[in-house]
Amino acid sequence: MALSGIQIYKLLPASSKNPEVKKHANCKECGFPTCLAFAMKLAQKQAELAQCPYVEEESKAQLEASAAPPIRLITLSADGRKLEVGNETVMFRHEKTFFHPPGLFVRVKDTQPDAAEVAKAVAGYAVEYVGMDLTLDGIAVEADGGDFAATVAAVKAASSLPLILLTEDPAAAEAGLKAAAGVRVLLWAATPDNWQAMAGLAKQYNAALAVRPAETDLNALAGLAEQVKNAGVEDIVLDPACRDFRTSLQTFTQLRRLALKHGERRVGYPILAFAGNDPLLAGQHIAKYGGFIILDSFSPATVYPLLVLRANIFTDPQKPIQVQPGVYEINNPKPSDPLMVTTNFSITYFSVANELESSGLPGWLLVADAEGMSVLTAWAAGKFDAERIAKAVNNNGLAEKLAHKRLIIPGHVAVLMGELEEELPGWEINVGPREAVDLPNYLKMQWG
Amino acid sequence: MSAIAIPVEKWSGKVREVTLGATAEQGGTRTKTVTVGGETTLPFLHFEGQLPHPPAIAVEIRDRPPADWSPVLLEAWGDVVNDVTAWARAAEEQGADIVLLQFSLHHDLTADYARQTLRRVLSATGLPLIVFGPGQADIDNEILVAVAEEGKGENLVLGVCEDKNYRTIVAAALAHNHMVNARTAMDVNLAKQLNILISDMGMPVERIIMDPTTGALGYGIEYGYSVMERLRLAALQGDSMTQLPMLVTPGEEAWRTKEARAGEGVPAAWGDWAERAINWETITAGTLIESGADIVVLRHPESVKRIRAMINALMN
Ligand code: B12
Ligand code: SF4
Repeated sequence: MALSGIQIYKLLPASSKNPEVKKHANCKECGFPTCLAFAMKLAQKQAELAQCPYVEEESKAQLEASAAPPIRLITLSADGRKLEVGNETVMFRHEKTFFHPPGLFVRVKDTQPDAAEVAKAVAGYAVEYVGMDLTLDGIAVEADGGDFAATVAAVKAASSLPLILLTEDPAAAEAGLKAAAGVRVLLWAATPDNWQAMAGLAKQYNAALAVRPAETDLNALAGLAEQVKNAGVEDIVLDPACRDFRTSLQTFTQLRRLALKHGERRVGYPILAFAGNDPLLAGQHIAKYGGFIILDSFSPATVYPLLVLRANIFTDPQKPIQVQPGVYEINNPKPSDPLMVTTNFSITYFSVANELESSGLPGWLLVADAEGMSVLTAWAAGKFDAERIAKAVNNNGLAEKLAHKRLIIPGHVAVLMGELEEELPGWEINVGPREAVDLPNYLKMQWG
Repeated sequence: MSAIAIPVEKWSGKVREVTLGATAEQGGTRTKTVTVGGETTLPFLHFEGQLPHPPAIAVEIRDRPPADWSPVLLEAWGDVVNDVTAWARAAEEQGADIVLLQFSLHHDLTADYARQTLRRVLSATGLPLIVFGPGQADIDNEILVAVAEEGKGENLVLGVCEDKNYRTIVAAALAHNHMVNARTAMDVNLAKQLNILISDMGMPVERIIMDPTTGALGYGIEYGYSVMERLRLAALQGDSMTQLPMLVTPGEEAWRTKEARAGEGVPAAWGDWAERAINWETITAGTLIESGADIVVLRHPESVKRIRAMINALMN
């Protein structure tokens, strides 16, 4: 947990019991008038500990530990693909934001003849959402009695994605780690029986290591993590051994609370979750504190909604997703087809574009730069007014592009009609329906 | 090594328990009632509080075959969409706890028609009912007043009450002992304000269900999700005007999306249409259940099954 200025002060030379250290108190070498002033700046993260040459080793260790994030950031990588998980700071996204989306992995077994093909399909999968390309993060290769090393090698070659190696057998683990050379993998799992060997391998091959107690038990989990850490492994991932909805939700919540609110460093690591074949369980893990999530199979109809959920939950509540302002052509419009204006808040844009697209009606959708706000929010904030809309019409050369001069505005901003007619001489302003869902009907009735 | 204690948080507040429907002893004709609410902790954190009632599933049915529903939905229900009584029975058979009768907007939608339709649905199913008007203030008021009178004793939930239109509906619910659904647009303060306005009319808070509105997955679910988390946190922290069970309509929202409606001309990466559409509805609903929804209104029978399994897994 972060220390306060006073707590830090107690670790600086002015508070030292050692006269050799204490004699430097308030020497100003750090650039601040007193040790206390320096402590306050450190607490606000406006100074670096290294600025004081006299801090004792023991204090230094304490201060460095307290500056580390409460949930360790774990990085996996392969061939230019990098996955960072952890370093979260809040329980609820509205408190600030969730920073690092959980990695979504698909499981293959070394007894599965098509393991490499599945890996290839997973690696090749991308789906567009709100202008972003959403992708999966890696493959979890399970030792199931087949040729583990060969499967790992084939999966690595076919996917170039980060890997999780699933085995409790140190011999298989070592073979897999060798085959995965060049990829930063997560090794699962160190258990109460094998942790020494697994910790040794994780260190030797620079892998992250997941710890899994015999059953769901916070103390057993923390104890195991601590043993592994004392054996020299830094990048630890927790598998609290829950596989169902209820225990996972409760345990993951407890772990997150312990790390964030109780400063419990023994469990300050991301969580590994197994979702089986249940998209709803995977969804729970996305929203509620999963760090690495393993799906037992790959199907676009399942991973598309999960990737969208992940994107939604991990958007910054302070910074809405936006679309590029400009003119969007829906259903191949002709110059005689209707022109509508909306804002560049992605949800607003997609509500309207979605209704139009699914209705099959062609149209020109002009997206004004409203700084990513919904129609009424932007209007209330002065970002979607007559002036801005007129500017968007003119800058996009719509008078030249279209065979008419009629502009449909959202029903919610009907009040803009008069002003817009002034800003856009020669244009006819039509007030559309308030909700996008009524737009197709409105167009059928009013546009002819 | 010092032992780690399970981090339990103390909450001072409690969500109100609200019961829908009325059996014969209670003056109605329902074969069962449904109680929701009563939580003294966050969703499904059984280790630190009471969660006396599982979230309930309401299934939306229409008085007329819906013109704009996805073929995936129409196919799943089959012929019953042509007959509101058959549909109500089918909803019950498919595992609904509650039937939500949503009137469509059409020329026959008169007070008398609404009364008759309500009668027919009441006789077709023994489940508690929620009745929503088509969402046009003048018509909603007219038919919901008739429904309130016709359904006297049944402890219906009438909706939708919004800040622009709630007085007539609340008055009708008060007069005939029904409940109301109070909807606001994804905003904690607006939700509280409408609850206050409605209770200022004399409506006991135990007869209000709040509907903070949600977006579908991909279309604003994160706003609804966070507003519901904030409302539930406020309730548990003791803010009385947020201590109401929450109803949301993930079915309606999810099935409006292109992902649920379009089978052709969509990217291959979207996958199988029906499976994707059902995932859209269930992942929307499941996510909202985890942020505090007490009643989710669903549309697809398979979604009812999957969400039921999830609720059972979270409760037991
Ligand atoms: C979420 C929200 C916010 C979020 C912003 C989210 C965002 N990126 O925009 C936050 C919390 C930041 C916010 C802030 C504010 N908000 Co606000 N906010 C809302 C809320 C709850 C939902 C808005 C939303 O996302 N709607 C969903 C989108 C999809 O809706 P939409 O853009 O309107 O699009 C729909 C239709 O307009 C239509 N449509 C869209 N384009 C087109 C085009 C055509 C041609 C047609 C026909 C139809 C059409 O289709 C869509 C779907 O039906 C509304 C309440 C409400 N009832 O809307 C208040 C609301 C918009 N906010 C309001 C206010 C006042 C504000 C603030 C000014 C508050 C303040 N004093 O600070 C600030 C302004 C922001 C700023 N200064 O930076 C008021 C506006 C009042 C008014 N009538 O003018 C509202 C209505 C709340 C209220 N009742 O008081 N807000
Ligand atoms: S360098 Fe700064 S903090 Fe260190 S002893 Fe001198 S005054 Fe104190």
